[in-house]
Amino acid sequence: MIELRVNGQSHNVSADPDTPLLYVLRDELQLNAAKFGCGLGQCGSCTVLVDGAPTLSCVTPIMLLEGRQITTVEGLGTAEDPGPMQRAFIEEQSAQCGYCIPGMMMRAQGLLQRNPRATDAEIRAYLEPNLCRCGTHMRILRAVKRAAAMMTGPDASPSTHTPVPASAQPDTSETDGDSQRDRRHSEKRERPER
Amino acid sequence: MKKFFTRRLVVRLFWVLGALVLAFLLYAWRSPIPPIDAPAAESFDAAAIRRGAQLAALGDCATCHTAPGGETFAGGRAVETPFGTIYSTNITPDTPTGIGRWSQVAFQRAMREGVDREGDHLYPAFPYDHFTLVNDEDSAALYAYIMTREPVRAKTPDNRLAFPFNMRFMIAGWKLIFLHSGPYEPDNQHDAQWNRGAYLANGIGHCGACHTPRNGLGAEIAAQHFGGGEAEGWYAYAINADSKSLEAWNAEDLHMYLSKGWHDRHGDAHGPMAAVAQNLSSLPDADVKAIASYVASVMGNRSPALPAAGADAGAEKASLSAAPSNDTGAAIYATTCASCHDGTRALPFGGVKLMLSTAVTGESSTNLINVILDGLHAPEGTAGAIMPGFSTTLTDGQLESLVAYIRSNLGAQPPWTGVENTVREARSRDRD
Repeated sequence: MIELRVNGQSHNVSADPDTPLLYVLRDELQLNAAKFGCGLGQCGSCTVLVDGAPTLSCVTPIMLLEGRQITTVEGLGTAEDPGPMQRAFIEEQSAQCGYCIPGMMMRAQGLLQRNPRATDAEIRAYLEPNLCRCGTHMRILRAVKRAAAMMTGPDASPSTHTPVPASAQPDTSETDGDSQRDRRHSEKRERPER
Repeated sequence: MKKFFTRRLVVRLFWVLGALVLAFLLYAWRSPIPPIDAPAAESFDAAAIRRGAQLAALGDCATCHTAPGGETFAGGRAVETPFGTIYSTNITPDTPTGIGRWSQVAFQRAMREGVDREGDHLYPAFPYDHFTLVNDEDSAALYAYIMTREPVRAKTPDNRLAFPFNMRFMIAGWKLIFLHSGPYEPDNQHDAQWNRGAYLANGIGHCGACHTPRNGLGAEIAAQHFGGGEAEGWYAYAINADSKSLEAWNAEDLHMYLSKGWHDRHGDAHGPMAAVAQNLSSLPDADVKAIASYVASVMGNRSPALPAAGADAGAEKASLSAAPSNDTGAAIYATTCASCHDGTRALPFGGVKLMLSTAVTGESSTNLINVILDGLHAPEGTAGAIMPGFSTTLTDGQLESLVAYIRSNLGAQPPWTGVENTVREARSRDRD
């Protein structure tokens, strides 16, 4: 058993230690935001955050991740209460087929958490590892700028700011028997009221 | 007892010292070369401009004379040296901030003697100790190419050098000892192709600027030509008889590696060498072949350490049995690296067998650590080998275990020392 901390919650997973994180997220934890693209760490659609840094989950075995904080799109907000990065992508209608978008959001989140005032050039350079075959790059870039404005602008209230750091959230130590819906509810409870 | 330092002797010493300083200043003094009006683009021969473009690519001029994200040739890139930071200059033909008022004579003097148009000595970060070999025709071609670029207004930042390195006239002393001016002298022991390669590699190509170790005054150690050096946080491998490559290089391998940036039995060009190979791909094939022929001859003939590709498995097994056990490193390698590096996809789509990589068998752990942390990226706008980086995944401890495993078990070499420090340094460098 390996203990993984995903979106602030602890999970004891039964997968073999050499299993890539992506498979555990999708198959065992039913966190389906991160996508399988190339399986070789070359397209970015599986990007998640590990201790706040963008990481390709398809080439990262879980044996390396004990005690690390993993964040997926599910940790940025919910369908009912999307976080600033998600709202920005919705408002800019950045998705065409949408397959690359979770990876794009996570890499952008990693950048803005570190540098909320990233310039256009910095955003472009930072997102370079993530591929989009539909060609919605311009909308994606606009969405990231919009998310940055939401996170830093005068409207940025605690609830619309970056999600509470996983380390600051209470450890609910849910088991892997919980359903996705339960997790969402518990997560929503943890988020401050608007 | 007679007083040794009589007043008269002190005065005499003072005069002698003063005369010496004056003599050195006179020696160091270079006259300015009169400015010219920027020559019209039409005044240059198109063939010369084309040739100049190739030579500029071989000289990697744009690599140093372009700031990150800046305009090509507009300078401003910080070059870190043991003596301080030197900023590359603007070599576009802009008149106030570039070299728009430089005549061809001034350009040639800078290339051969390291003196700018105004008569100031240039720091040898600009490798005029190599460029001095560039012949008149090639120098004119480079001038034609540079002077027909778009002028860019960009003032070069001031160098940050401590005393006495900020005194430019001191460089004259450095040159007196270390600069051997003069054209390339052909070696009659070798054929024309070899000589062409030596002229290009040691002249405009300045391979030794990275691949030759430097002494305490920053000059290349001639006796250790191509013996391995450092460049921008990377180790530039020995490319002479001391090469630590398991499999000997030959001219054909080098030709493929230099023109494509990878070779299936040697791996990928990474670090600053990636840009070099990218630049070399725009050169006429004959030039790259000449360089390959020359460098292969410097590396010398070595019987292949490995019989053939098919024999890998046996050799690998033999090395594994002798190596110390390292369960953590082995597990990380098996789960994280093996699917590409022990897979069946050939380069550049799969990883090189690590036992063949000089990053593994070489003198320094720097390059292996850099590549594991950052991965490999295709040069911008081009196709090329890529590898994901693992800087966010691996802790320092995990990385050290992995490096130790790869070195001992795959490279079958004694452990590197100072890996912990190398990891820390690699992590602390700007990793954009």
